[in-house]
Amino acid sequence: MTTTKNEYPDVSSLVDEKPPGEGVVAEADVTRDGYHPSLSDRLKTGWGRRIILAIAVGVLIAGPDLIGDPTRTRQWAEYLCYATVAVGLDLAWGYGGMLALGQGVFFGLGAYSMGMYLSLEQVEPGQLPQFMSLYGDNDKLPLLWRPFEHLWFAGVAAVVVPALVAGLVGWLVFHRRIRGAYFALLTQATALVFWLLLIGQLKLTAGTNGLTNFSEVFGHNKYDPSTPEFLYYLAAGALLVALVVARHTVNSRYGKLLVATRDGEDRVQFLGYDPAKAKTIAFALAAGMAGLAGALSAPIIGIVAPDQFAVLPSILMIGWVAVGGRATIYGPMIGALLVGVLKTRVSESHPENWQYFQGLLFIVVVGFFPGGLAGIWRKLSGAVSARLPARGGSADEPSRAPQTLATSEVAS
Amino acid sequence: METLLEQAFNGLSVGSILLLVAIGLTFTFGQMNVINMAHGELIMIGAYTPYVLQHDFGLAAGLSILLGLFIAFIVAGGVGVAMERGLLSRMVDRPLDTLLVTFGVSLILQQAARDIFGAPNVDVVAPSWLKGSVTLLGVIMPYTRLFIMALVAVIVGGLSVFMARHAEGRRMRAVTQNRDLAAVSGLSPRRVDATTFFLGSGLAGVAGVAVSLIGSIGSQVGSGYIIDAFLVVIVGGLGRMKGTIIAAFALGMLNAYAEFWKNASIGKAIVFMAVIVFLQFRPNGLVSFRTRGLTS
Repeated sequence: MTTTKNEYPDVSSLVDEKPPGEGVVAEADVTRDGYHPSLSDRLKTGWGRRIILAIAVGVLIAGPDLIGDPTRTRQWAEYLCYATVAVGLDLAWGYGGMLALGQGVFFGLGAYSMGMYLSLEQVEPGQLPQFMSLYGDNDKLPLLWRPFEHLWFAGVAAVVVPALVAGLVGWLVFHRRIRGAYFALLTQATALVFWLLLIGQLKLTAGTNGLTNFSEVFGHNKYDPSTPEFLYYLAAGALLVALVVARHTVNSRYGKLLVATRDGEDRVQFLGYDPAKAKTIAFALAAGMAGLAGALSAPIIGIVAPDQFAVLPSILMIGWVAVGGRATIYGPMIGALLVGVLKTRVSESHPENWQYFQGLLFIVVVGFFPGGLAGIWRKLSGAVSARLPARGGSADEPSRAPQTLATSEVAS
Repeated sequence: METLLEQAFNGLSVGSILLLVAIGLTFTFGQMNVINMAHGELIMIGAYTPYVLQHDFGLAAGLSILLGLFIAFIVAGGVGVAMERGLLSRMVDRPLDTLLVTFGVSLILQQAARDIFGAPNVDVVAPSWLKGSVTLLGVIMPYTRLFIMALVAVIVGGLSVFMARHAEGRRMRAVTQNRDLAAVSGLSPRRVDATTFFLGSGLAGVAGVAVSLIGSIGSQVGSGYIIDAFLVVIVGGLGRMKGTIIAAFALGMLNAYAEFWKNASIGKAIVFMAVIVFLQFRPNGLVSFRTRGLTS
């Protein structure tokens, strides 16, 4: 679909609105793209950028019209949620070096927060969601559910609860200098525990069936053809927020500290910083974004069930980031959108092949193209710009920079 | 009292299976820093081995189990070495990426199993000498569980002797302790890596045969055990057999009692929290190498 292609420069230019002063560009170059001004850098400055901005904003706003079909619009809204998760996850993994394999937990916490609100939206005030009378003998709403009668509370909890949980787990783990594979495996275990708890607490979560039948969504009827469009814009808004936050974080002093922590945790500590704090913040931020996306996914997907947040889907989220390109702002977004579209297409035609495809994706991308699409794009645009007249690049910039992973060639 | 003993037996049984699953992981993780996410699928290969021997070759139940142990070791080990040579050895300096690549392999192996053996679970017929149970102190002990415990004891014993006495075992220890120094001393770490991967993966295959005795098997059979086994490796400490043994039984026991006290899902949550709390005190696990280096 053409939208995927255009959404890349789209939001990139959207977010970076201030005119690029000398220092800003140099700094941004160091952080994002390595050292020499490539085609992609040239497109980000001056008129090229503004034109792309205009086209991209147009494409994003016109999205539902370009897609046309409400069903497809709903699917694209779903992909936008995944993109939001990917943008956050990249902060933890791409920039922070924390391989978080349990991001589904935070996505799920957000989804359940909103799912509880939506379940209560379907019934008259004071009534119970249907499953409760089915599985339990509650005559009034369980205490845990009560605050979720309010949309504002559900919305805030969807972001804050995941961030707090991640902050707590992250702190406990990072301040004891548990890292690398140990951290990855622990996060994977959180996904298993979360899944088991959701299934086990039947009376609170409706077990494996999950929360569903949201025919009324924020006051809109689910079957109204304009509803998917409404949800699409909500998801697009969330993605923009995530991108702005991510970009801001990465370009801030804290962002540099985070990257430094990834590349040399001990050195950072010797310089007097607390790597545990830096990592915890990034992990919590990633969790908050996943929660936000989860909250929106509840009305968009229309069901909140444990299997969506199990071990496997959580690891697959890493794939979105890997495909797009870790340690880039827009790569993960592209990756999530692309994998989302592919998944729909492949599962529509050959559902049994999707898992082979996914497995190959992990092997090929992570094993042979660790920079992902962004890495390939960087290489291509570097090759192109090498033929363009030089424009005072800073080739000697001492920046092995965040792209140690992406720029380093795969030894083969 | 009897229920307490019963849970103790349960814990020992779960612990021995965890140990069997985790011990192969420990070797590859300790030596190469590789977390093999496809370990669960190597278990699956092992679990299907006696099934194929019974189903396609018409072997008797007993023979299929005993022969299956050897064949599963060779087949799973072979798959592991192929993976190591083909993929992992190209990315030695990116341990976290190897985790993701092996995850990709696990997805493919799972789907392949579904395509070959069909989606429904299948059952391995247990030999007659493993049917039934013995009752001791009021605790019912099924023969299959006792067989697995004995198998684990034999394997652990054999491995200890191998690591202590055999030249290849000593080489493995040398590379695990200090890769560079081992290379300088004339060992080829990459060749030793292949041995280690063969051994670690082969043990997963053996674990698979054991697992096929206690439940039906499907493409997901390995992934059911693997996360617990990862926790064992974390608690046990970097690639030390002693730590893994203690951790496996400790977690097995804790799991059995916590499940008995509450229920399966809360029990797992308790185990997980216990692991996190434990790591607050011993972040490097029960048994770890002492080095003066800043980073391990």
